[in-house]
Amino acid sequence: MNIKVLYFARLREEFGMAEESIALSEGTVGALLELLRNRGSVWAEQLGVGRNYRVAVNQVLADASAPIKAGDEIAIFPPVTGG
Amino acid sequence: MKITVQETDFDAATEISELCANNSRIGAIASFIGLVRDNSDGDPVTAMTLEHYPAMSARVLRDIVEQAMQRWQIGDVTVIHRTGKLALCDQIVFVAVAAAHRHDAFLACEFIMDFLKTAAPFWKKEQTAQGERWVEPRATDEDARRSWLDSSDISAR
Repeated sequence: MNIKVLYFARLREEFGMAEESIALSEGTVGALLELLRNRGSVWAEQLGVGRNYRVAVNQVLADASAPIKAGDEIAIFPPVTGG
Repeated sequence: MKITVQETDFDAATEISELCANNSRIGAIASFIGLVRDNSDGDPVTAMTLEHYPAMSARVLRDIVEQAMQRWQIGDVTVIHRTGKLALCDQIVFVAVAAAHRHDAFLACEFIMDFLKTAAPFWKKEQTAQGERWVEPRATDEDARRSWLDSSDISAR
């Protein structure tokens, strides 16, 4: 299935892209993160264990066990600093 | 409820007038304005850029205001958050809460800001003499958010 993945702020800059379409075989946030980490280099570094970032599925914060289905919009971003 | 994310500036007096227009039940309005400060962690700051997640930011602000409305006796609420390039002293964020009594207005206004700072998807990038840098989240902001959750008597807080 295909999903849309968005990156914001520092992660958008580190990854050098604001969004991409990804073909995912297993439908969880954890599976997506594993796929991204397996790209190595900056991906493995920024999304590695202990790194502080958030994931939202269809604009709602989610953890690694959250399901993903075709057409979902997944966003990965650093802790927020607005206000 | 008015929730707006915009690049343009806002006028607090106009917003407050609109909040209480023709509503004689309102006895109190508490408001907060966040501004671009000229220093951060001891370093001079010359300007700031604010990024957000457009599909999510207004939605999270609305959720936060709805939580405040369930928790306190408040009437209407206005939240405005700016994005884009901002200069020193520029207004960043505006929260105003109208209520029958001041206690509810003060508490709801602080609650909304504490959750906005820690949950709404906005990110600040500061310009300093050393170049640009993304602002790091502050532990004190997270402590402030958590203090509302820890309150055993939520109506007393």
